[in-house]
Amino acid sequence: MPPLVRLLAKRLGTSLIVLIGVSLLIFAIARVIPGDPARIALGPNATADAVAMLRERLHLNDNFITQYAYFLGDLFRGDLGISLYTNRPVTTDIVQFLPATMELVIVSGLMMVALGLPLGVLSARYRGTWIDHIIRLVTLLGVSAPGFVWAVILMLVFAYYIRIFPIAGRISDIYAIQTVTGFLMLDTLIAGNFKAFGNAAWHIVLPAFALALSGIGQAARLVRSNMVETYDKPYIEMAEAYGFPAKRIANRYAFRPSLIPSLTIIGLDFAAMLGNAFLVEAVYAWPGLSRYGVAVILRKDLNAIVGTVLIISAMFLIVNIIVDLMVSIINPRIRLSQRAS
Amino acid sequence: MKTLAILTRNPLSLIGLILVASVVLSALLADFITPFPQHVGSVVDFTNFNKPPKWPNIFGTDLVGRDLFTRVIYAYRISLILGVVVLALAVPVGVAIGLLAGYLGGWTEYLLMRLTDVFLSIPPLVLAMSMMGLLAPTLTNGMIAVTVMWWPWYTRLVYNIARSEKEEGYVLAAEVIGASRTHIMFREILPNCIPSIVTKMTLDFGFVILIASSLSFLGLGVQPPTPDLGSMVAEGAKYLPDSWWLTVFPGVAILVAVFGFNLIGDALREILGVDQ
Repeated sequence: MPPLVRLLAKRLGTSLIVLIGVSLLIFAIARVIPGDPARIALGPNATADAVAMLRERLHLNDNFITQYAYFLGDLFRGDLGISLYTNRPVTTDIVQFLPATMELVIVSGLMMVALGLPLGVLSARYRGTWIDHIIRLVTLLGVSAPGFVWAVILMLVFAYYIRIFPIAGRISDIYAIQTVTGFLMLDTLIAGNFKAFGNAAWHIVLPAFALALSGIGQAARLVRSNMVETYDKPYIEMAEAYGFPAKRIANRYAFRPSLIPSLTIIGLDFAAMLGNAFLVEAVYAWPGLSRYGVAVILRKDLNAIVGTVLIISAMFLIVNIIVDLMVSIINPRIRLSQRAS
Repeated sequence: MKTLAILTRNPLSLIGLILVASVVLSALLADFITPFPQHVGSVVDFTNFNKPPKWPNIFGTDLVGRDLFTRVIYAYRISLILGVVVLALAVPVGVAIGLLAGYLGGWTEYLLMRLTDVFLSIPPLVLAMSMMGLLAPTLTNGMIAVTVMWWPWYTRLVYNIARSEKEEGYVLAAEVIGASRTHIMFREILPNCIPSIVTKMTLDFGFVILIASSLSFLGLGVQPPTPDLGSMVAEGAKYLPDSWWLTVFPGVAILVAVFGFNLIGDALREILGVDQ
């Protein structure tokens, strides 16, 4: 087996074990809460009979193991149960709200890589100079505030005072785009409506940037510290002695080996955005998983909470596997050993 | 003490020290330095509601006329208490599990690290949110929720160090002379983890404040009338852009505190020679 396939199989296997662990953990938390979920769902005016019936339907009268077995059985059939908040299958709800969140997180992730890496390289190349000091200060500020604080500040400055970006939402009301993927930037392209695409892209800039800021800071700081370490290596000294241009040394010899340790952490940051998106979505009235997630949490809607957490964790694990694969592809020790076999 | 002296020499970490010291001191002395200490609770003063910053209300007043500066300072007090309690609970647990997994290896390592992975694969905010929602949103439960999501990071940190340290000569020497496992873990390996742990704790103090404010921003944290920076921002965001002071001051207050801890943590990392 080529090393890459073996790695993928191993990571998938571990992830599955971890995912079962997550389901057990969140299921356990959801079952030890005080209060009767059936009573909460039906409200204080429901009859005792109705509550008893719902308890029976949700298997709440069985012991924990049996309940979990029912849950796992449903899960393998792709059934996460009915949300007591929307009265629809939890999977339907998630399919409706997840794309908006994913779109936001993906654009943010791209911003993180596109801005964070070059800032880190610049900072390391000019280490000890004022360029380095300014970048370090700005990136540290970036990681020092939660997404919602940046969201509010950016909104105030770039949507209210300088009116260059829209205040909230995903797209202007005048565009009616048929939902295909749920990703508006894809759906507008599928519909061939470039004006609508531009409008959607314009709407996503501020929320995505607010979400990306701490990731940009984190990525830049990581790349900088890894690169500064690499700069001490003899082969860089040799390249400098040969008189290679500083730019080439920075971008090729110092940056590449520094990317590998940075990438793993950047993957973790990207995954953390799935959680932090909740904060930004709330400020920009972004119709993603956030409003649904907070609503179901406040209503103690057990099925929906367990489903949402499980889906988000699965995304998290998938992102990490992708990052691991990318690391192995970039890392010549793994890539070349594959070629040899 | 020597570390402290070095910290004051570097301009950036000096700024960090000043920021953190002013946050901590103002929180400790809140009863004496705030102009309206009675505004912590559910006081209303409708003649003065929603006023822009103007002496004596240097941060303005909120929607029921309470002094915003007073409430921000008292919110610092709660954030700091939360930070201390969370780290006091999460660090010993995380460190102990990390040492066990890293030094003992084998099945212990496999089980403990998979358990850690489970906690690490739920995005931190989502785990804390679900716990807060399912428990009642109180300060104590907030501490529990944040602690539950925090310990695995220390486990991972200490696990990695312990795994490389156990190959070192001094550990082998201790094993050869028949030192107990407990002695090796806590007396030989642990001291070598301390610089990393201290650095991480300094940085994390800021991040605990950040996460706690995020929870209350979503309505899943400390409940009113207790002053909290996150819920102040959430409440004020409805009145943008006219009543900007309702969100900007509490928001910047979070930034100042976290930034201060980050500056010190960064400097410590360099002084103590800790990897990221």
